[in-house]
Amino acid sequence: MTYSHLGQNLKMITFLSAIGQSVIANLTKTGRGTLFLKQTLSCTFSVLCHPRLIIKQLFSVGVLTILIITISGLFVGMVLGLQGYYILSDFGAEETLGVMIAASLVRELGPVVSALLFAGRAGSSLTAEIGLMKATEQLSGMEMMAVDPIQRIICPRFLAGCLSMPLLAAIFSMVGILGGQLVGVTLLGVDEGAFWSQMQSSIDFYDDILNGVIKSLVFGFVVTWISLFEGYDAIPTSEGVSRATTRTVVYSSFAILGMDFILTALMFGDI
Amino acid sequence: MHNPKSLDTLVGLFVIIGIGALFFIGMKVSNLASYSNNDGYTITARFENSGGLKVRSPVSVAGVRIGRVTAIDFDNENYESVVQMQIEPQYNTLPDDSSASIFTAGLLGEQYIGLQTGASDEFLTHNSEIEITQSAIVLEEIIGQFLFSEKEN
Amino acid sequence: MKENNTQNPSLVTIRNLSFSRGQRVIFDNASLDIQHGKITAIMGPSGSGKTTLLKLIGGQLSPSHGTIVVDGLNINQLSRSELYTLRKKMGMLFQSGALLTDLNVFDNVAYPIREHTALPETIIRTLVLMKLQAVGLRGARHLSPNELSGGMARRVALARAIALDPMMVMYDEPFTGQDPISMGVLIKLIKTLNDSVGLTSIIVSHDVQETAAIADYIYIMSSGKIIGQGTPQELKHSKSEWVQQFMNGQPDGPVKFHYSSDNYFDDL
Repeated sequence: MTYSHLGQNLKMITFLSAIGQSVIANLTKTGRGTLFLKQTLSCTFSVLCHPRLIIKQLFSVGVLTILIITISGLFVGMVLGLQGYYILSDFGAEETLGVMIAASLVRELGPVVSALLFAGRAGSSLTAEIGLMKATEQLSGMEMMAVDPIQRIICPRFLAGCLSMPLLAAIFSMVGILGGQLVGVTLLGVDEGAFWSQMQSSIDFYDDILNGVIKSLVFGFVVTWISLFEGYDAIPTSEGVSRATTRTVVYSSFAILGMDFILTALMFGDI
Repeated sequence: MHNPKSLDTLVGLFVIIGIGALFFIGMKVSNLASYSNNDGYTITARFENSGGLKVRSPVSVAGVRIGRVTAIDFDNENYESVVQMQIEPQYNTLPDDSSASIFTAGLLGEQYIGLQTGASDEFLTHNSEIEITQSAIVLEEIIGQFLFSEKEN
Repeated sequence: MKENNTQNPSLVTIRNLSFSRGQRVIFDNASLDIQHGKITAIMGPSGSGKTTLLKLIGGQLSPSHGTIVVDGLNINQLSRSELYTLRKKMGMLFQSGALLTDLNVFDNVAYPIREHTALPETIIRTLVLMKLQAVGLRGARHLSPNELSGGMARRVALARAIALDPMMVMYDEPFTGQDPISMGVLIKLIKTLNDSVGLTSIIVSHDVQETAAIADYIYIMSSGKIIGQGTPQELKHSKSEWVQQFMNGQPDGPVKFHYSSDNYFDDL
């Protein structure tokens, strides 16, 4: 009996030490991530002097993401149009369909869904690219050529990500509203004038649209940071890179949804 | 993978579409277009009760929007609500004996200020005050009154 | 330059170097010198920290004890910008080549020149073609790195490593995984470059025959210590059993063929 007791104690201790180890590992990772961000931000100015580097990354981060953003935005808007119409027509309030679609897109769905798509499309490819560059010693190679990889590789991608995200979210919202109009006005016969004028009188530029843009800026910052850091911190083997890519998508999604709650509470709520 | 020229063009296109989308949302979807005229004149009105009136609620005459509410304050001495509104500069011929009322758009809609024009030859100018006001109709009060009068009958 | 050489005959001086990664000790109080204009080889079995040594010399890692002096400068006391200035004078050939995959061969070799100088494009072109000619790949300048064979990639990387005319080049396992022909090409290249340009070369390798053929001086390392040093001739006649086993590639010797275990017969 005393032995089984001892065994339980031992199990307890290993359990506790496992928790401790993972806490320490996560804390040091956060620390490395913060240092990484600091290094990246300190290069911002010198990278802005070489816009060529950013333009190239805007292509791979932004332009290549437009297609998925546009198609998803269109369908999200169309679904909102359909669902909104069925609910609102119960109250005889179909005219407010435009308000409902625009408010939900501009405040929430635009920034959040486009950030999730961005993490899946651009974020994962950033992680894989940086991770592979690390695995094939390209990053150390640059260091040995006296070229700072943070400045040449990381920072341009970071800035491109931060710039692209608000633009992509705006495209998403615009296409979504047009998709909602297609379904609501063209197919279901909501009055076009009411659709737009109610929208205009209810959606406030500062409260709704600027806050939405701020959200997408924050999401762009966080997602690009996570993606680049996961790549930079990846174990330089093919398995390590593939795990890092998965982590990018998982952590980015958590970060987007969690930050969205906090930002919404700060911007629109009274918490 | 792509030659630099076409890459530049695509990136340029992306930025233009993105900014265009922001512009579209700003102008077509929100009320930004109506923000542009900040150069109107301000008048005030005191109400016993301003009900559910909010900053940026419309101010209209004969059903036409001519301005918006810019501030709602509470007067500590008279226990009244002081409402400031900005009227667009082209509507500068409102008689100074006009009266202001708070109406509700529809049964459950938002509240707005309606001005009834008077007959004076003097016009409202910057910082002038509307003397004659009628408070917001509070639905609960009306229902209360209605029930009370039913009882008496 | 000559006077400098006589005053300070070794370009890289390492004293009492200790370095460990987590619990694992990689260097334990190791000291070595790398002479000007010579080919120095550092040899040892896999996992003996040879690549780590190159990273320490390049300042990518810093030692827990000891000093590393390169060209009169103590690597660990340099500021970031001083370190970067020094790195411009060092070339490094990575095991995988480490070519930038989004640039073609020409741009890869031109990369360090474009980064660190403001030379006009025509001069850059001449310089790059010179370097590519030296490694015999002038005709391959339009290929992208993934179209190159392993040996060619390493030669392009070599051209890039010497692009800025460094004072020394570090080779990380240059012969691993090469067929005999490209191995021969690389051996010849390293030797010619060293002799004709006056480079100082450090080769990290475990390919005994190839390295011994061109090295002027060899250090043999095992478990973080220098266990043998000398010219290839000296080492061949070394009395140390360990050195003999390593140089001749014998399967059994001081390094046991069997992983340490109980008596075989008892185990059965």
